[in-house]
Amino acid sequence: MIRFILLQNRQGKTRLAKYYIPLEESEKHKVEFEVHRLVVNRDPKFTNFVEFRTHKVIYRRYAGLFFSLCVDITDNELAYLESIHLFVEILDHFFSNVCELDLVFNFHKVYLILDEFILAGELQETSKRAIIERMGELEKLE
Amino acid sequence: MALSGMRGLSVFISDIRNCQNKEQERLRVDKELGNIRTRFKNEKRGRGLVALGMAINAFTSTYASEASFFEIRYLWMIFSSGLTPYEKKKYVWKMLYIYMLGYDVDFGHMEAVSLISAPKYPEKQVGYIVTSSLLNENHDFLRLAINTVRNDIIGRNETFQCLALTMVGNIGGREFAESLAPDVQKLLISSSCRPLVRKKAALCLLRLFRKNPDVVNVDGWSDRMAQLLDERDVGVLTSSMSLLVALVANNHDAYWSCLPKCVKVMERMARNQDIPQEYTYYGIPSPWLQVKTMRVLQYFPTIEDPSTRRALFEVLQRILMGTDVVKNVNKNNASHAVLFEALALVMHLDAENEMMSQCVALLGKFIAVREPNIRYLGLENMTRMLMVTDVQDIIKRHQAQIITSLKDPDISIRRRALDLLYGMCDVSNAKDIVEELLQYLSSADFAMREELSLKAAILAEKFAPDLSWQVESHLMHTKSFNVGWFNCVNNRYVDVILQLIDKAGDFVSDDIWFRVVQFVTNNEDLQPYAAVKAREYIDKPAIHETMVKVSAYILGEYSHLLARRPRCSPKEIFSIIHEKLPTVSTSTIPILLSTYAKILMHTQPSDPELQNQIWTIFHKYESCIDAEIQQRAVEYFALSRKGAALMDIMAEMPKFPERQSALIKKAEDTEADTAEQSATKLRAQQQNSNALVVTDQRPTNGTPPVSQLGLVKVPSMSNVDHSLGDQGATQANGILTVVDPQPPEPSADLLGDLLSPLAIEGPPGATAQADYNVAPGAEGVSNAEEALAIAPVGEQTNAVQPIGDIAERFNALCLKDSGVLYEDPYIQIGIKAEWRAHHGRLVLFLGNKNTAPLVSVQALILSPSHLKMELSLVPETIPPRAQVQCPLEVINLHPSRDAAVLDFSYKFGTHMVDVKLRLPAVLNKFFQAITVSAEEFFPQWRSLSGPPLKLQEVLFSAFSSGTVAFVRGVRPISLVEMANLFNSFRLIVCPGLDPNANNLVASTTFYSESTRAMLCLIRVETDPADRTQLRMTVASGDPTLTYEFKEFVKEQLVSIPMISGAPSPAPSQTQPTIAPTSLSDPGAMLAGLLH
Repeated sequence: MIRFILLQNRQGKTRLAKYYIPLEESEKHKVEFEVHRLVVNRDPKFTNFVEFRTHKVIYRRYAGLFFSLCVDITDNELAYLESIHLFVEILDHFFSNVCELDLVFNFHKVYLILDEFILAGELQETSKRAIIERMGELEKLE
Repeated sequence: MALSGMRGLSVFISDIRNCQNKEQERLRVDKELGNIRTRFKNEKRGRGLVALGMAINAFTSTYASEASFFEIRYLWMIFSSGLTPYEKKKYVWKMLYIYMLGYDVDFGHMEAVSLISAPKYPEKQVGYIVTSSLLNENHDFLRLAINTVRNDIIGRNETFQCLALTMVGNIGGREFAESLAPDVQKLLISSSCRPLVRKKAALCLLRLFRKNPDVVNVDGWSDRMAQLLDERDVGVLTSSMSLLVALVANNHDAYWSCLPKCVKVMERMARNQDIPQEYTYYGIPSPWLQVKTMRVLQYFPTIEDPSTRRALFEVLQRILMGTDVVKNVNKNNASHAVLFEALALVMHLDAENEMMSQCVALLGKFIAVREPNIRYLGLENMTRMLMVTDVQDIIKRHQAQIITSLKDPDISIRRRALDLLYGMCDVSNAKDIVEELLQYLSSADFAMREELSLKAAILAEKFAPDLSWQVESHLMHTKSFNVGWFNCVNNRYVDVILQLIDKAGDFVSDDIWFRVVQFVTNNEDLQPYAAVKAREYIDKPAIHETMVKVSAYILGEYSHLLARRPRCSPKEIFSIIHEKLPTVSTSTIPILLSTYAKILMHTQPSDPELQNQIWTIFHKYESCIDAEIQQRAVEYFALSRKGAALMDIMAEMPKFPERQSALIKKAEDTEADTAEQSATKLRAQQQNSNALVVTDQRPTNGTPPVSQLGLVKVPSMSNVDHSLGDQGATQANGILTVVDPQPPEPSADLLGDLLSPLAIEGPPGATAQADYNVAPGAEGVSNAEEALAIAPVGEQTNAVQPIGDIAERFNALCLKDSGVLYEDPYIQIGIKAEWRAHHGRLVLFLGNKNTAPLVSVQALILSPSHLKMELSLVPETIPPRAQVQCPLEVINLHPSRDAAVLDFSYKFGTHMVDVKLRLPAVLNKFFQAITVSAEEFFPQWRSLSGPPLKLQEVLFSAFSSGTVAFVRGVRPISLVEMANLFNSFRLIVCPGLDPNANNLVASTTFYSESTRAMLCLIRVETDPADRTQLRMTVASGDPTLTYEFKEFVKEQLVSIPMISGAPSPAPSQTQPTIAPTSLSDPGAMLAGLLH
């Protein structure tokens, strides 16, 4: 199961954080700091997996943004790695050619998309079209 | 650049982005927070209402009033603060943004939660989203919102349902689980809901189930779950499959009906049938759904239905063969995600050899590729494969490749390589691997050193032969080669650990050095060597503090063994240790003080100069601010003036009771927590008890793990404490026995009744028996009672029936050293034993077969007087699916056929189960095979001339003779069968010694503490015309042994479990009624004897 999802830039600024396990505030800050430090200096030729405490972080870098998923040791690494990419494709589609600023100014939209994509730490919907259509429905309601 | 759609929010974000530095940003944030706070200012009155509402809540302690409470609260907000819903929304989003920047937002939580009650979507949406980001499941405000959330879930508004399900799925806690689960279940199976709602309901239910598994009622739900798998919508199917993984991980038995459906799903995807284009990812039908489905299948122990099995294997075969490496990274990753899951499933299903070797071949290929992710996964899955199947030999071929990965620049790969090397280590490659690890330790980066040193330490210990065998071999073999070899290996252990501490001191946890102290203390042969090494290390200029600790400790205990060596006088040893004192921290000083006291004690004749030096140090620390140091200084000072008393108190530490290595425990403790228990691990636990997989052995009662080592930490303190508490008694003899946690022995009489061997009849030579029989009450009680121990006593009170015949299992274990001792639907007790001379080590494997814990577990050993037995701590609770190992040490004091009994009880649900099981620590386990030549045999045979050292007895079969027999029930048995039987007891037949081919001569060595090694000889004379009678003569140098040995052989000839059709033992007149039907089954017959 996904323990948490982080979107961070190279400087370590958190652009999105979603926790599926209960953590205290201080603990969240610590986790964000540690995960950033863990992934930011890794060589692009390294694996996309890195152990983090008793779990592991599956991460992928897109330009200056790191997408990190913290999952169980026993989880299927490549499946989660590709779910990051699917999420990025959805964002890309939604914002048409997504960049970091889109995510900054529309962080609330990113939360909405994420809630359609992942729930309870598990994948909810893997169809890009279904999620984009759903976002359209929601925008009409606002 | 898209803007947020809320101008105020966009402006604020831009402002933050334009800040030049952190200070400016903080100012801007503070300003904004101030602004929001003022906007919420009018809420002073509102807060009063909150307090009132909470008070009402506390009194009524129901949620009935909350819906209205939040509605009132919401209306109040609108009217009192003058904020429009739009403004409200904007401010709450800003708060979330500030929160995301890492600032504490300590107000406004209530505002966010109250927005959940808003009637319109935009505000409600903000309320739900911000609440699930700002609060975690333990927050009090959430509890207050349960009723509002529930109303949204059961309401008609689909959008509200989605919002509520999403929030509960993300942050719902136990209370949500209890109040909402039934409603969520209804939505999941509702035919009127859109897939959109149902997939959210599936995952929401998953969350609730994880919080409290009881909320999903297995009975009704498993069929619904199976129906859900027919779902056409892939989104709902994906979500339901995640739910199913959790359900089957918890209890697969209830969900068998889902298994064929999962295989159908796999087939559907393998053929890409009916999978909408939007669910194919780079041409692969939803790789995520495939992975999840194969996960589910790994929780079922096996697939019995042949056609389902075949269908699945076809799919798996296609995945194994049809996955190619392609250029596109995403496609490659997705197809390999499926491939690795398929590999795991094949391993789990123990597929045909061909498929297994395909897997091994694939993994071998993967660990050699350049692509780092695939190499990583190759290493990881090889390690998993080691856990489930026996592929050690194949994997060993890749050892060189794996060692290369240990030096990879990527730490993730290095870690996997380390795990794999650790897992594949066995006797054949231990030396290479440990050396490789040690070598790597000097260059390894800090992040890995602790793990590396822990693993090296475990391996060094695991593959250094067990201590007690070594001591025995000392006694048995005069050949110095053997002893030398053992020592060499053990010395190697000391070398490895000291090297570890030297190279990676900072990363060597205390457990590692505690363990080396235990090991050396328990292993006398090792002590001089350890002292030499410690002396060498402590002489080095800059050593790690841990090295100072361990060296000082070892030198304190054993430096006197070096007395004759150059530069090893007490004075010199003292001065090199004392040089280190200024460099160490307060935690090490107490150890040094103990060492000084010990050195002082060992200095004979005493050296006034050294004594003065040490006294000065003690005196100096008498006023130390650290209580531990101060106390030791005072006590040692006082003690060292007592002269002779010091000798007793400061004597060498006694041996530590043998326990599972704390290091292995530590390695296990670091295992990860996962949402669902891993399928691989579950399976490993379900495998036969011989597998050495131990999980969570932490005893829930008794001592916590650390205290195992407590004795090492403050070695001399415990002794000192006792002696100080008992000032009058200078003769502190009993003090050192405090370490020996021997359980009180039950009374011998009780045992006599319970444990007497299975004697069908007393020996004919009634004159001899009283003298030779050492077991109290063994012969006196009635036959019926004597057989008692074989069957579970009080069976009628046990509602739980054992699986398999207990007596048969026991008989089998008398001949072999590992197997199952007892099994019922809840527990399996396996046994594994090692015997060396008069020592034995049995390990009981208590395996909980269920998904619920076994509680009130108790194991009592009722040992007969001739066995000294020590059972290690048995945890009171055995966690679900876990196996616990309990070592049992046995020492044979003198010859006897009495068996020890394990009184084992536990509670499962309402069942209290209590069984009494004989333990296979029987006479023949203390035999050691020996072949004697004619030159050795005959003088021995002649010298043992008659009773009581040599006894003779004639055995008849009552069936054939038809007369009253001395011994009833001898079975016709051919000489070859008899020879085999004897050999199986390590009673070695010496062919050709007896000139008469119808006779049989055998010998063995029997070990006990009183007899030491003693030769036992036996001769059996048979009549080829009548296989049912025979005469046997046995001899040994000890009357008791001769008698017990004769009786033992007789029992074997009488009670061998025969294959069906063989004549059964005849009933005796003296024995009460036995149901004729049960005659062919020895177990049943014995059970009959109980009544």
